[in-house]
Amino acid sequence: MNRHISFRTQAAVFAMAFSAPLWATTAHAETAYATSDSGTYQAPSLAQQRADVATLAAESARHETHNPLIYKVMIDRLERDYTNKGNFTQFEGQAYIGTDTNKLWLKGEGKRLGGVTQDADIEAYYSHAIAAFWDAQIGARHDFSAGKTPGRNWLGLGVQGLAPYKFDTTATAYVGSAGRTALRLSSEYDFFITQRLILWPGIELNMYGKNDPERRIGKGLSDSRVVLRLRYEIQREVAPYVGIQWTKKYGQTASYARADGEATSDMQLIAGLRLWW
Amino acid sequence: MKTIKQDPSRSDSTQPNPARRIFLQGLVAGGVMTALGLNPARALAATGKQASPVLHGTEFDLVIDEMPVNFTGQTRMAMTINGSIPGPTLRWREGDVVTLRVTNRLKVSTSLHWHGIILPFEMDGVPGLSYAGIAPGTTFTYRFRVEQSGSYWYHSHSGFQEQNAVYGAIVIAPASADRVAYDQDHVVMLNDWSDSSPEFIFNRLKTADGYYNYVKPDLMDLIHQSEKMGFGAAVEDRLMWDKMRMSPRDLSDVTGATYTYLMNGITPSGDWTALFRPGEKIRLRFINGSSMSYFDVRIPGLKMTVVAADGQDVHPVTVDEFRIGVAEIYDVIVEPASDQAYCIFAQSLDRSGYARGTLTPHADLRAPVPAMDPVPTLTMADMGMDMSGMDMSGMNMGGMDKQGQSMNGMDMGSKPDKPAMNGMDMSGSAHQQMPGMDMNSQSMGGMDMGSKPAKPAMTGMDMGGSTKQQMPGMNMNGQSMGGMDMGNKPAKPAMAAMDMGGTTRHHSPGMDMSDKSTPPAMPGMDMDGAKNKPAMAGMNKSTNPMDLPGLHNRNLKDGILKIDWHPETEHGVGVGMKAQQVSMSLSDPGAGLRNNGRKVLTYGDLRGIDGPISDREPERGIELHLTGNMDRYIWGFNGVSYRDAAPIELKYGETVRIVLINDTMMNHPIHLHGMWSELENDQGEYLARKHTLSVAPGHAISYRVSANAIGRWAYHCHLLYHMNAGMFREVRVV
Repeated sequence: MNRHISFRTQAAVFAMAFSAPLWATTAHAETAYATSDSGTYQAPSLAQQRADVATLAAESARHETHNPLIYKVMIDRLERDYTNKGNFTQFEGQAYIGTDTNKLWLKGEGKRLGGVTQDADIEAYYSHAIAAFWDAQIGARHDFSAGKTPGRNWLGLGVQGLAPYKFDTTATAYVGSAGRTALRLSSEYDFFITQRLILWPGIELNMYGKNDPERRIGKGLSDSRVVLRLRYEIQREVAPYVGIQWTKKYGQTASYARADGEATSDMQLIAGLRLWW
Repeated sequence: MKTIKQDPSRSDSTQPNPARRIFLQGLVAGGVMTALGLNPARALAATGKQASPVLHGTEFDLVIDEMPVNFTGQTRMAMTINGSIPGPTLRWREGDVVTLRVTNRLKVSTSLHWHGIILPFEMDGVPGLSYAGIAPGTTFTYRFRVEQSGSYWYHSHSGFQEQNAVYGAIVIAPASADRVAYDQDHVVMLNDWSDSSPEFIFNRLKTADGYYNYVKPDLMDLIHQSEKMGFGAAVEDRLMWDKMRMSPRDLSDVTGATYTYLMNGITPSGDWTALFRPGEKIRLRFINGSSMSYFDVRIPGLKMTVVAADGQDVHPVTVDEFRIGVAEIYDVIVEPASDQAYCIFAQSLDRSGYARGTLTPHADLRAPVPAMDPVPTLTMADMGMDMSGMDMSGMNMGGMDKQGQSMNGMDMGSKPDKPAMNGMDMSGSAHQQMPGMDMNSQSMGGMDMGSKPAKPAMTGMDMGGSTKQQMPGMNMNGQSMGGMDMGNKPAKPAMAAMDMGGTTRHHSPGMDMSDKSTPPAMPGMDMDGAKNKPAMAGMNKSTNPMDLPGLHNRNLKDGILKIDWHPETEHGVGVGMKAQQVSMSLSDPGAGLRNNGRKVLTYGDLRGIDGPISDREPERGIELHLTGNMDRYIWGFNGVSYRDAAPIELKYGETVRIVLINDTMMNHPIHLHGMWSELENDQGEYLARKHTLSVAPGHAISYRVSANAIGRWAYHCHLLYHMNAGMFREVRVV
């Protein structure tokens, strides 16, 4: 506020010096370098200029540059998955808001099958830029309960960014209650067939530190998802896609699935929409 | 007062396809048009005048206001000066005291900065540095004596208002007779208009890398590349870029995908027109007033004689084409002799669109618009990569380049002998550092470096910077290794010992490359080595312009600066890459213009008629690294953005040498307010005064500044969004 006022004073000094008696009530109007008569124009003296520099500098006046609050909402996957055992809908998205270096980051995903939401989780992070291409993220993840599957809470610590060879990569380690630990890795790549048609492979791996029979999750590498998609960017922000996806369960997780009479691997044809704004 | 015409024939609104958009944009001829509903193109053709009004005299009243405009078929709000885009052309006279009353009718603060004008800093018009800006509803009066002549421009220095079209031209008549004779002159101002708000554009740059880039390397590029260099090498090349998370097609941040390029405020379809009588001498004052766009300008069928750069007279140099960075100015003379029309063609650097106009003897006579050139592809040298020690096995650098740029056809070791290349420094685009050395496809075939046992001989040979001075006329063109005359001087005997690889297809009479008996002479051969020095004497200036307190990278040899020091602040999230070595040669026309068969202006061609401001040699140096992170869209100097930076302080009266080292993949037009940037060559010799110096990727540039103006001066990249993302400094002279 103060600064603003003094700024105006400064402007007034100049304005007054040049143009009008309108301003003439302001005090230190007398500048050696400006009169209203062009014939007697004199450039400001060095002393005057030094004084002007000092005055403006004392006000800590700065040129405006922009560090806007930036945000982005990304619906990475909003898709229908078709398998020979039935179809389901999947959702995955993330959003951030913040500055170049500090952001609040939300992520969520879920699957809807037969009117029931499964495998849904939500994550919230404080995300801090630690390198040119990497953010470190610290926060929490909540796995939602579904039917008799209980929910779980985790503390999460990870990195997200662009790995060499331009892999869009997220790696997060989790620590839960009862000594549970987990690790989630995902990575994607854009291969431009044309400037709008993009081959879009991706992979996601989940690992757990101990068995969690209630959630039918086993120790070690539990499941993988490999997907090969083809998206078309109608606009950068709007891109429908089709693809093929392979999901697989491993180790004890696969054993749980077999015990439950479920398949341990599956293939889906997918069609969806990627949106961001 | 101009009024705004809403174009009734819209309907063809923009399409998502960028290829189509290029042609669709600009269906509407001009944004701000004269009344009476005239077709503006026709109206202009009839008058032969430019769109913006011209104001003469010493007293000017300028009003900045918001107005609807229509360049694309969509009506948008622009900010205009006296209701026109560009604002009125201000015609001053050297020696006059001008008074400019600028009234702000916007809802936000504004400002006008007189670009390239030497004046008291209080009149410079930079909010926060020289004054508080012009608040809404108020009038600020600028008053100063005009101390120079030539072509300049003015624009808002507030927020993103340049993108909103707050700009205009300044033409200052010399106090005495003009050094250049001409029959008529025209301002040719180039601008980039977007229907998107600048805030939106900035948001997309911040949140979506490559949002406006529709020339990313794609499958077709890979196929074309494979045809040239083989599939394996093409993939290897792609992976090399991907590994660095860089792209050889990072040419422009904001492109024709959103921009409509304007010439004097008129779209390509509107076709700005000037009439001439055959035989007339026409002075065209090209001003790049765009926010983000470099243009490559030519007039097919006409030679252009460059007579001034950034407003300052230079010894005339005749060219076919020039690249004009943002905020740069070139005055050219053209002399259309025949009774035909000529197209003034200004294609954007990334070839995503163009601005154009017509010089014609008859209002109804038009010239064909040339096709745009192929999209340039950057090379590793443009990245400032040191290629020494790099395994070049099977890597045909020429294939990297659709246009046969620098390293065309240079096959460095498809044989098992590349170890022989170790230590050979081919860094920098071979093109510029070996100006006399023709490396086109045949040529390097001739220079097959070490297909035979002789190649150990190459170890340590530094070809990196064989500059013109050193190897005049060195011609490696296949047939004519004989042209590689390294002698006609006593140096020859020394060079004769140089074995460049035995049984090459083309031997050089002047330089026997197959003399098996001499290889021992080669290892460690250093052109600057003590042994050879007498022979090379007189070819290399002894003074190193980098040898100044304040400069850290002094390893400048043959125009190539090895970067073995980076500022300690240059790390972290704002720094996406660092150069290993850069070229300080000024003879590189730049990516997309090399070897295009046209004579292209380079900085090395500029010879200012007026000398250096001060005779004093620089007492100290200031080394600044231009840094950025494309992905996060953070830009700065030395890895520090303006908001975290202290002013650069100069002592009144001192002369400093500023060396800018480009650690990014973009061109940066660096503008210092208030004082001339006195361009130097790599020998530290003065070339010309400029107000904006463009630093190409893979390059460094050095210039001196005579700190003869007290004040708080802005110093920044003139790419609007780079400036706003932090590539800005205050230079404080006290």
